[in-house]
Amino acid sequence: MKILVCITNVPDTTSKITFTDNNTRLNKAGVQYIIGPYDDYALARGVELKEKTGGTLTVLHVGEADAEPQIRKALAIGADDAIRINAEPLDSYFTAVQIAAIAREENYDLILMGRESIDYNSGVVHGMVGEMLGINSYSPVMKLELEGSTATITREIDGGKEILKANLPLVLGCQEPIAEWKIPNMRGIMTARTKPLKVVEPVATEEMSAPVAYSLPAPKGACKMIPAAEAETLIRLLQTEAKVL
Amino acid sequence: MSVLIFIELDNGSIKKTSLETVAYGAKVAAQVNGKAVVLAIGDASSAELEKAGHYGAEKVLHAAGEKLAHENSLAYADVLVQASAQEQSQIIVLPKSGLGDAIAARAAARLKAGVVSGVTALPETEGTFKVTRSIFTGKAFATTEIKSEIKFLVVRKNAIEIDEAGLNTAGATIEPFSPALRDADFQANVVDVEKASGELSLTEAEIIVSGGRGMKGPEHWQALLDLASALGAATGCSKPVSDLDWRPHHEHIGQTGIKVAPNLYIACGISGAIQHLAGVNGSKCIVVINKDPEAPFFKSADYGVVGDVFEILPRLTAAAKAIR
Repeated sequence: MKILVCITNVPDTTSKITFTDNNTRLNKAGVQYIIGPYDDYALARGVELKEKTGGTLTVLHVGEADAEPQIRKALAIGADDAIRINAEPLDSYFTAVQIAAIAREENYDLILMGRESIDYNSGVVHGMVGEMLGINSYSPVMKLELEGSTATITREIDGGKEILKANLPLVLGCQEPIAEWKIPNMRGIMTARTKPLKVVEPVATEEMSAPVAYSLPAPKGACKMIPAAEAETLIRLLQTEAKVL
Repeated sequence: MSVLIFIELDNGSIKKTSLETVAYGAKVAAQVNGKAVVLAIGDASSAELEKAGHYGAEKVLHAAGEKLAHENSLAYADVLVQASAQEQSQIIVLPKSGLGDAIAARAAARLKAGVVSGVTALPETEGTFKVTRSIFTGKAFATTEIKSEIKFLVVRKNAIEIDEAGLNTAGATIEPFSPALRDADFQANVVDVEKASGELSLTEAEIIVSGGRGMKGPEHWQALLDLASALGAATGCSKPVSDLDWRPHHEHIGQTGIKVAPNLYIACGISGAIQHLAGVNGSKCIVVINKDPEAPFFKSADYGVVGDVFEILPRLTAAAKAIR
């Protein structure tokens, strides 16, 4: 079993987002970077399946060198080796082309990633990679079991879930509760230092889209406080003032 | 040249969010002097599909049949690619949802097209094509230029205002569409579908009443359900609540759960961790009820009540019943 887990390097969920250079770049100063939370679930399930099947797990990141602490963390959690495609991922199509280029050479049985990155929230890279490789893709996957070359997948759908069986190879976008996040142990951290991390240059592709400017939402007005003793007036205000009832 | 608009059906009805997508797509079509064509896949009556005309569509391509009755993003993407070829579509518009993103991803990869997902406003179509999207789970916006010939826009709820009084009276013409289907898209075998029946879907709901750890346990949920029922609202919860199994996972709203954008969001006993706010910041009006006046959620709220939820909820329910 050859497993590929793709991870993003994103600002921690509690980060305050600001921009620099006349609102054309994210201000990285003081921002703590993490493995994307959904990718972290994919990685955790990937490690479990690798251990269960006696397979191998490669972790892949499309991004710049400042992601290396996060890549090393993925190695410490249980990936065998890592590949970093040296490019700034600003467009889903570009990112998918890079992942597909590696996957075409390596023939993975399973390609896992988060359902979406928490910076751009697109949730399209897994589908694009699937299409580029000509294999099936499913998302968001909440449960994944393997039996030989058949995967049993539980997907979240609007208001419920769907269970399906599909043959490998597959590309899956993952979310909780597919596995519990794993915290690297000391031995993992030590061995991660010497595990191979290959840096490759991106393959050439057309640029489909590019962000040109960023902005922040308008500041929220003050919250109107209603005394608990007059809670009923809230319903009237929602009807006549906010006009949402 | 046309704008192709994919709509989602639920039990034969067009989803409300998809009607918004139709209105959005029709406005884009008007901007570029194109035709607004809707693609509906699955079972629905002609009378239902004609409704797309009220929101500005000229024509609805309807692909139905047993194989397409069940949601299948692989097959649906293939159908969309065929429809876009027939209609010479340069812009393809889909609703932001699991299905919308999945279809956009596969179809855009096939058509070598740029996708912008999470669109929050109409695009600029003079000169370079630019559109604004939500990023960092609602904490910021990015204006993105799309350079490819064919462009995919996956549109968030509330991206445009719909003037219900100004809807067209004419319905759309319905044209049956019979795509070639590929076996590979039906390789997976759907074993089971579990769907909460009769429940209002969170992504479609105009009003949501949501509970956090301050509700103190699943046995106290009735007060919240009563208010939801009086308001015709859907119910949601915070992450700790679904982690504790007080409520089912599909009710979890937040960064790693469902992102919602209702007109009114009422948070009961939720402190407002940043991960929860990320799931609700698209809401038009937020009400927070919490006994802790320091709860961070009040900073993001429009209306707040400091007090005991168990005392306040029944009073709000009574007041809501009185106006309905």
